[in-house]
Amino acid sequence: MSGTATEAKDGARAGAATEPGRWRGVAAEKQDELPDKVSLLLRARSRRLLGDLLRPHRRAITLLIAVIVVSNAAALAIPYLVKVGIDSGIPPMLRHEGTGTLLATVAAILVAALTQAFTRQAFLQISGRIGQDVLLELRRRVFDHFQRLSLAFHERYTSGRVIARLTSDIDAIAEMLQSGFDSIVTAVLTMFGTAVLLLVLDLPLGAVALVPLPILLLFTRWFRRESSVVYRRTREAVALVIVHFVESMTGIRAVQAFRREPRNQEIFQELNTGYRDASARGMHLVAVFMPGIKLIGNLTVAVVLLYGGLLALHHAVTVGVLAAFLLYLRQFYEPMQEISQFYNTLQSAGAALSNLSGVLEERPEVAEPDHPVPLPRPRGAVRFEGAEFSYIDGVPILPRLHLEIPSGQIVALVGATGAGKTTVAKLIARFYDPTAGRVLLDGVDLRDLDEATLRRAVVTVTQENFLFTGTVADNIRFGRPDATPAEIEEAARAIGAHDFVAGLPDGYQTEVGKRGGRMSAGQRQLVAFARVFLADPALVILDEATSSLDVPSERLVQRALRTVLTGRTALIIAHRLSTVEIAERVLVMDAGRVVEDGPPDRLITEAGHYAGLHRAWLDSLS
Amino acid sequence: MPSDGKDADHAPGSLETPRSGRARSLRRLTPYLRPYILRLVLIWLATMTGLATSVAIPLVGKEIIDGPVGQGHGDALLPLGLLALALGAVEAFLTFVRRWTQTKAVLGLETAIRDDLYRHLQRLPMSFHGDWQSGQLLSRATTDLSTIRRFSGFGLLFLVMNLVQLVAVTVLLLRMYWPLGLLIVAAAVPIFAVSLRFEKRYRRVSRQVQDMQGDIATYVEEAALGIRTVKAFGRRPHVFAEFDTAARDIHRVSMDKVRLASRFFTFLEVIPNVTLAMVLLLGALAVGAGTLTLGTLVAFITLMLQLVWPIASLGYILAMAQEAMTSADRVMEVLDTEPDIVGGTEVIDRPRGHLRFEGVGFRFPGADRPVLRDVWLDVRPGETVAIVGATGSGKTTLTALVPRLLDVTSGRVTIDGRDIRDLSLPALRSMVATAFEEPTLFSMSVRENLTLGRDTVTEEELREALETVQATFAYDLPWGLDTRIGEQGMSLSGGQRQRLALARAVLVKPRILVLDDTLSALDVETEALVEQALRGVLADATGLVVAHRASTVLLADKVALLRDGTITHLGLHQELLSQVPEYRELLAQDADFDHEEALR
Repeated sequence: MSGTATEAKDGARAGAATEPGRWRGVAAEKQDELPDKVSLLLRARSRRLLGDLLRPHRRAITLLIAVIVVSNAAALAIPYLVKVGIDSGIPPMLRHEGTGTLLATVAAILVAALTQAFTRQAFLQISGRIGQDVLLELRRRVFDHFQRLSLAFHERYTSGRVIARLTSDIDAIAEMLQSGFDSIVTAVLTMFGTAVLLLVLDLPLGAVALVPLPILLLFTRWFRRESSVVYRRTREAVALVIVHFVESMTGIRAVQAFRREPRNQEIFQELNTGYRDASARGMHLVAVFMPGIKLIGNLTVAVVLLYGGLLALHHAVTVGVLAAFLLYLRQFYEPMQEISQFYNTLQSAGAALSNLSGVLEERPEVAEPDHPVPLPRPRGAVRFEGAEFSYIDGVPILPRLHLEIPSGQIVALVGATGAGKTTVAKLIARFYDPTAGRVLLDGVDLRDLDEATLRRAVVTVTQENFLFTGTVADNIRFGRPDATPAEIEEAARAIGAHDFVAGLPDGYQTEVGKRGGRMSAGQRQLVAFARVFLADPALVILDEATSSLDVPSERLVQRALRTVLTGRTALIIAHRLSTVEIAERVLVMDAGRVVEDGPPDRLITEAGHYAGLHRAWLDSLS
Repeated sequence: MPSDGKDADHAPGSLETPRSGRARSLRRLTPYLRPYILRLVLIWLATMTGLATSVAIPLVGKEIIDGPVGQGHGDALLPLGLLALALGAVEAFLTFVRRWTQTKAVLGLETAIRDDLYRHLQRLPMSFHGDWQSGQLLSRATTDLSTIRRFSGFGLLFLVMNLVQLVAVTVLLLRMYWPLGLLIVAAAVPIFAVSLRFEKRYRRVSRQVQDMQGDIATYVEEAALGIRTVKAFGRRPHVFAEFDTAARDIHRVSMDKVRLASRFFTFLEVIPNVTLAMVLLLGALAVGAGTLTLGTLVAFITLMLQLVWPIASLGYILAMAQEAMTSADRVMEVLDTEPDIVGGTEVIDRPRGHLRFEGVGFRFPGADRPVLRDVWLDVRPGETVAIVGATGSGKTTLTALVPRLLDVTSGRVTIDGRDIRDLSLPALRSMVATAFEEPTLFSMSVRENLTLGRDTVTEEELREALETVQATFAYDLPWGLDTRIGEQGMSLSGGQRQRLALARAVLVKPRILVLDDTLSALDVETEALVEQALRGVLADATGLVVAHRASTVLLADKVALLRDGTITHLGLHQELLSQVPEYRELLAQDADFDHEEALR
């Protein structure tokens, strides 16, 4: 195996040479989540999760264990019965004493075969059922948990990783359940059972047959270690290939416009070669391991033949025992080879479980109250009482804010990027909790309101105005899932979206396409406003809701806005002042403080910040 | 990427290829194996010899039982035992040779095709990439290529190996003792038939599960990307209910899959075991009758068990072959697409940057209305023209024609009097630089994103470009210009990303600079600073600027109003503002806003 070791080292050096080049730059945060050391022993939190998921299936698992023991016993009995048939069935026949023993043995084999078939089917179905139930529960649990976690978490964690957890990680576990779980259980049980039986059948011959066992175990351990490393490297290499490929294709316009093709090809080939080398190492590892197991198996068979033949010659063992040994050794070595195929699946499932258990241990930063206060008729009055907020300790975004917004007032929030406008909005919507002080809605601390009550009272619209797959009606209905078609249409009419919706190919039943791709930004915004209108909240927050629109669309949306905001409290954030014009009151923020506060007419006349902003805006129009 | 399989089915142009032509795509990939001819010969030699040894080992066992053991003289035992030992070692060694040798060949095949696929995709024009989602292309470059690799490495080999083993062992068994041989042939038939049928049904269920995984991935994606909307409306229960339904569907179909598999695998074990009982019964009777030796019976049983795997795996391997053919079709479909934008041969030595649109029209293939029609525009060297128009009037299409990301469908675009289709693509695209509205940043260092790998760019030039576009924040990132940005790196604000994309265009020092509403995400103050600096850049270059806001229009010497795909007015900003109501409608944000009132 010294050749292999050298080969492995060469592989490592080649891997180092293809380290991603300087072009990749330094990442601020480690993005991949492959554990440093993949081990068969799961992390504590993974074990906890697994135990939690399996607990409801305790009885099924007990049954499963019973079934598998019977199944394996039956499977192991067959070669033994063949031995009995040869040793005890044939001699009486040769002595013309009848075929009774032989027939009995054959009947026993048939019974064993059928028992084994029956129990094995039961085993596969019970274990399959448990596996699928666990998978369903895991999917539901993780999805629900992600939805409960705060926006702060989602901003940190990014949507790409949320998607990866719920797709590729879950798939990795499904793959393990489907392709390998049963073979690994069978392999382990068969090995133990066979070893015992070999010793029982014939102690000296059995001992000889089991001599290679320690070598086998050491060899397997070597393989496991090496393949963990290779697996990790391959995953990293393929991830780089995929990222580069996808970015080149989605950014093909920039690639071609800036003649980046040759450079891209250079980088791609480097990454592709890196992936090839990592895979080659994996394949070489299997190329050593599988024949290695085969070699040990074949040599054992030969030695058993030789030594067994010698024993048989001296009538120390029978031919039947020899035949049984040959059959058992086959059963012994074949599953070992399968384990090598299965090992990667097991590793990715272990890594996936570790990722998922990590997510499930995240606690929502915005917790539901233990004793929620009811708010039967929300009016939308907001009060900040010394509210502070900081993302990082010691760096306050909002230092002690006092603010009172009476019910029904339309307030505009202006200021430069980073002045804290969006933070104010997020605190009112309780996407975050203040780090000190409190925020009140109609005199009730937001932390005392349950989610349903709060969301009925307060709705935020951002420029994203996400549209879900489905029809236009479905998307408006998102504001109130029990709305009738008539109510949906009414909402659309109220904000002036009915005309454009009616003009779509299938009216309200038109599919919006992926992320509303078949509609313009202005149309998407109107659908989002119809949603708000239908949801009928007491307080509306518009966070840069119109900033990405062109002038005609913006004008359309402005008109809708007046309708939406009538009779509600509203907080409008915008850096284009045109959106602000319907406000009764303007708050100018700077470095987390309100520096100017008053009706827009008055602020314009004062020589303050707002007057300056307004002048700059007018200049930009001329 | 679980939805890939599904997306792929909806890929444009993926027609069901007739069965007879199916193997052709796969065969067309064989040139990729040519460098490995010697290895292939070695692999096949090792495979066939290995097969022979694995069949020979039980025969040696028979000789031992019938010879030395049966007849009670031990002389032949040692040589036969050593023979078994040698054969065992040789078989293992040959397996090693086969596996080790094929690694380089099959990975080489996969890697080379992937390189070529990528090269080809980079040459294909925007119109192609507009039709194909990157996920579909990725699944061809990863999943399909690994399917082909697995088939060429294992499937094909095992297909032949299993067939040879099947025939050889069956013939051997028939020759050893034909009644038992016939029994085994009879037992093989149901295994083969059932495994074929199983494979078909199993694949159908698997595909169904895959499709459902695609559906569930859509729910997951939307719940993750739309988390703000979900939370803003408090619709968690609603979203969860939808996901739950999909998850339960998957559970139901997966259970069908479990039941199907459990029946098949049980069947696979019960038939050989029952056959074993029969062989033992009949064999023992034959031994009793003296027509069969004990050693033969033992060898018979051992050899018979060798047949189970090759028969059972035939269905699997045939399915693998079909899959590989489909994959090859999918790969060839992309490789066979000819790029319809190819460069000419001419080069302009000293470009002045005189850009002209001469009766230009553009229509997307299959569209009934043209996006652009009869566009005439003359931009003299050093001059800047702003393009103003409503959403959908064709502004972005017009700008894409200049670097030939799209090609005119009528008329022509010229630079310095030469049709741009006669120029070589590198020559053309080094004269023209574009900053797009959607800034594309790659997951690479800031430096690489700006220089795009050109090592001739000096630090001074970089700094100058970053200063021009007010993007010196790049120096304050944790690792300065070496900080990785993009999806996999630091996240930047929309305005920061736009400025970097702009810096990339400025850095090229192009003769013709195209700005496609590049400043939309900047706040008013930064926008003013960037515009100030851009004036300097545009003074030297010919400019084409798409504008939504009056302030951007002011960068230009004159304005072209684009309406329904053609230029209806051309003139100075103030002229158009006072004379053309439509222009006023587009650019005057304060149409509803009373100036006098505000200023009072």
